[in-house]
Amino acid sequence: MPGPLIQVEQHPEVGCNVGLSGRWTLAAIADEAATLGRQLAEHGRDEDATWDCLGIEALDSAGAMLLWRAWGRALPELLLARPEHLRIFERIDAADHEPPPAPPPRSLLDPVITVGAAAIGFWRQVVDFVALLGQIVLDCLHLLRLPGDLPRREISANLYKSGVRAMPVTALVGFLIGIVLSYLSALQLRNFGADVFIVNILGMGIIRELGPVLVALLVAGRSGSAMTAQLGVMRVTEEIDALATMGVSRSLRLVFPKVVALAIAMPLLTLWTTAIALVGGMVSAQLQLDISYGFFLQTLPRAVPAANLWIGLAKGLVFGILIALVACHFGLRVRPNTESLSANTTASVVTAITLVIIADAIFAVATRGIGLPRAI
Amino acid sequence: MSESVISVRDLYTRFGEVWVHQGLNFEVAAGELVALVGGSGSGKTTLLRQMIGLLTPTRGEIRIFGEPLFGGGVARERALRRRFGVLFQHGALFSAFSVFDNIAFPLRELKRFDEGTIHDLVMLKLEMVELLPRHGDLMPAELSGGMVKRVALARALALEPELLLLDEPTSGLDPDRSDAFVRLTRTLGRELGLTVLLVTHDLDTLAALATRVAVLAEHRILAYDSIDKVIRVDHPFIRNFFLSERSSRALQNTHHR
Repeated sequence: MPGPLIQVEQHPEVGCNVGLSGRWTLAAIADEAATLGRQLAEHGRDEDATWDCLGIEALDSAGAMLLWRAWGRALPELLLARPEHLRIFERIDAADHEPPPAPPPRSLLDPVITVGAAAIGFWRQVVDFVALLGQIVLDCLHLLRLPGDLPRREISANLYKSGVRAMPVTALVGFLIGIVLSYLSALQLRNFGADVFIVNILGMGIIRELGPVLVALLVAGRSGSAMTAQLGVMRVTEEIDALATMGVSRSLRLVFPKVVALAIAMPLLTLWTTAIALVGGMVSAQLQLDISYGFFLQTLPRAVPAANLWIGLAKGLVFGILIALVACHFGLRVRPNTESLSANTTASVVTAITLVIIADAIFAVATRGIGLPRAI
Repeated sequence: MSESVISVRDLYTRFGEVWVHQGLNFEVAAGELVALVGGSGSGKTTLLRQMIGLLTPTRGEIRIFGEPLFGGGVARERALRRRFGVLFQHGALFSAFSVFDNIAFPLRELKRFDEGTIHDLVMLKLEMVELLPRHGDLMPAELSGGMVKRVALARALALEPELLLLDEPTSGLDPDRSDAFVRLTRTLGRELGLTVLLVTHDLDTLAALATRVAVLAEHRILAYDSIDKVIRVDHPFIRNFFLSERSSRALQNTHHR
């Protein structure tokens, strides 16, 4: 199949004759579109040129567009073409619109506008988040009046998905962190001959701080993203609208169970992970410093006052509620396209982790006088 | 070209324990507009997906433009796939792109045209499917069902295919929109010299569009002929499908048109 051909004959008295032949289809011109465009443009400016297109075997809109652009968006005065090819040019003429004007030049105010838009966007997020929180409170009041509306099945399902199914991974991570922490502390403590204080370090560190935060990070990545994606897809497929038309409150049926489930699951997971991490630390301490399991277990209650456990569990509760609320907040913001889904899922996890760390800092300051062992 | 555009020989497909196709043979000649009909679950869409290389048959051979779909290197496979356009049932527009970018996508993937040419070509495709230039800025989520199909058709036509495959082109459209879309497909098919294969169970579409009708039932092509001849075939499925009251009304209407 012959590709596109251009033959130019110069006639001194009538101007040049441009003969086009071969196949002017997308497949045929694609590889040399730029070269052909340049060759055609040379003659396109020549008003006396005769364009002989009778030799063209096949012409599609891509080929025709190439010619059209070379001719300066109008048929040349001297044109020989088959009627079926002329129809293609008529179609192009009908559809021809100048490219849109270039975007307006940048103004000095642009940075201000960008910052302002970001601030307004942030403010809207805060307002939406507070509204969601308020809705949950209203749901709680509603449930106090009508306890029969409690979405038991959803709560139970969420508890299983984000609580029970998270146990293996949190245990594994907790155990390994316990070992690592114990091993590194042991290296230092041995230098000072302060071997027995490994129990204090592990107990305080893991029960009060590391356990809850570690679980929160894992759950934010695991369940937070899943919740956002689930709500997001339900928005995309109009399932949330379908719920609304059936008179089912989306916050009571979708958001509330998730918040309650994580509020229950997170303290329990914290307890579980803390225990496993302590076991890991205990094993490592025994291997490194020869501290027996019995001694470790006996010393632990004396080294770590029980208040620390309650602080750890309270952190778990707060972190759980935060993660679920953030996940639902971003899930309900998803607009029906794939880009928005991925952006909101990312934002959900990042925001949840950030908020967890901020809440942890607030906890540290607020509880600074509670649960610390008396100076020896 | 005497070679068939689509040729399916001795095709067997199995999903688990269920045979979908058994010894199916099917040819589509160039320039034809063939409607593939059949009951739900008869394997129409499966057959279409096999023709465009999304599924591989258990046994048998499918050739498009006389060439096998797989093998022979990436460049050959890609060149072959650019010769046909597909309109998916729900449009399958890229939801993160605007209408303009959706149609421009295959052209940009070619990496042969400058943005100016691509812009002009996209505007031309929009006009072909009877949409306005300003529709190019819309996002797929903002489109009505009929517009989604039109944009999807424009995208399918972007690379100037010789063969167009349509999966349920009128599903989800009201009769008016559906009529308009059918008319559009017919006009474009004629004007661009396309070979068209459409999967449908909408008799209005079928009677108005198709030059030939293929009936897929009992794991094979039961009848393959012009619609007047197909409805005379004596088979329980065909009687049910074409000669129910609603169907004959649809067919009558077309004769009056």
